[in-house]
Amino acid sequence: MPRGHHDLGGTPAGPIDRTEHQLDDWEILADAVNQALGAKGIRRTDELRRAREQMDSDLYRRLSYYERWIASLETILIEKKLLTKEEVDRKVAELAAKWGEP
Amino acid sequence: MADHVAAQAGESEHGHPRHELSAYARRVYAIRDILLEKGILTGEEIQAQIEYIEARTPANGARLVARAWVDPEFKKRLLADPKAACSEMGIDATSLNEFVVLENTEKVRHLVVCTLCSCYPRPILGRPPDWYKSFNYRARAVNDPRGVMREFGNDVPDAVEIRVHDSTADMRYLVLPVRPKGTESLSEEELQKLVVRDSLIGVVDPLPAVPEQGV
Amino acid sequence: MSGAAGKFRPGDRVRVRTDDRPGHVRTPSYVRGKIGWVERAYGDFLNPESLGHGGDGLPKKTLYLVGFHQGEVWGEYKPWGRDRLFVDIYEHWLDPA
Repeated sequence: MPRGHHDLGGTPAGPIDRTEHQLDDWEILADAVNQALGAKGIRRTDELRRAREQMDSDLYRRLSYYERWIASLETILIEKKLLTKEEVDRKVAELAAKWGEP
Repeated sequence: MADHVAAQAGESEHGHPRHELSAYARRVYAIRDILLEKGILTGEEIQAQIEYIEARTPANGARLVARAWVDPEFKKRLLADPKAACSEMGIDATSLNEFVVLENTEKVRHLVVCTLCSCYPRPILGRPPDWYKSFNYRARAVNDPRGVMREFGNDVPDAVEIRVHDSTADMRYLVLPVRPKGTESLSEEELQKLVVRDSLIGVVDPLPAVPEQGV
Repeated sequence: MSGAAGKFRPGDRVRVRTDDRPGHVRTPSYVRGKIGWVERAYGDFLNPESLGHGGDGLPKKTLYLVGFHQGEVWGEYKPWGRDRLFVDIYEHWLDPA
């Protein structure tokens, strides 16, 4: 049976990178929005895990930790009809205009 | 730190990220703003989560361990009912599902991993280190624990048994390391400084006692 | 972590099921089909396989700490000695062995 891309125990892997990075504001925000939604019972941790398990495997491997959180959060919020992908796209463009894009 | 990230973008200067963001990073600002506009979350709720997690640090784990080293009765309580022992120490463990403390001995070392995601006792220790979340740690901790520990400078003798815990469910694990030799004269506060974060995950032992240096 | 009402007791030998079920599961593939023992019964918990898909997690499932000899899980190609591996596994993933 196919092993999920998240199911990593015992798979071939190299040395462990022990470099640590100071979290960026967007990572802190991703963490906090996620926890706040959990605290209000709007999403369950297992739903987010499931969304990360179901995402495209190349994407799962390519994204950073909090990028995966954001992707799975959007999936679950769309699934729960709390927002739509189009709304997020529109808001991204709005913020880009406000922040001054190149 | 980061008290501005909860604020609604555009509400003030503070909503503006400092530098170039990836496409996904941009989306979290958009998602945040939509959730605020729809009244699903408030800025205060987001801010409260930032403050909550930043108040959690490995120092909590170090306090538990140092107390267990100096007080055998506390150690018994910590192993039997870790959440009650936390509350005794003024450490808020209420939001932890379940909490298990694994006692290292001269003969046994424990190592904690989450191979499926990156479960970690966040309400006690805060956010996990990057290496703990890395694919390579998640892959190797279960089938190469000795190699992993060696990479961290911890060469565990063959005679010592290694017990790896893969936290796949609601239990959150904290390692109670062995008190280093030669620390009999140290105070509880001095002992806390030896209990480095990675020793609470089990990948290393606590720091050794530092002999007094003549100045 | 109260009353352990499940069907297994500490010391019972168990084999992890090899089910190929779709959806969100918390039983790592490396341990499926392997034989170990119940180290501890943790009590009853909401079922993540239901929670992961928007369900209420009911009925609850008994969760066990299951121990394995490293050699059983990965084969004897390494000098594992007494090293062991412990995994938290829900009752419906375990058969008596």
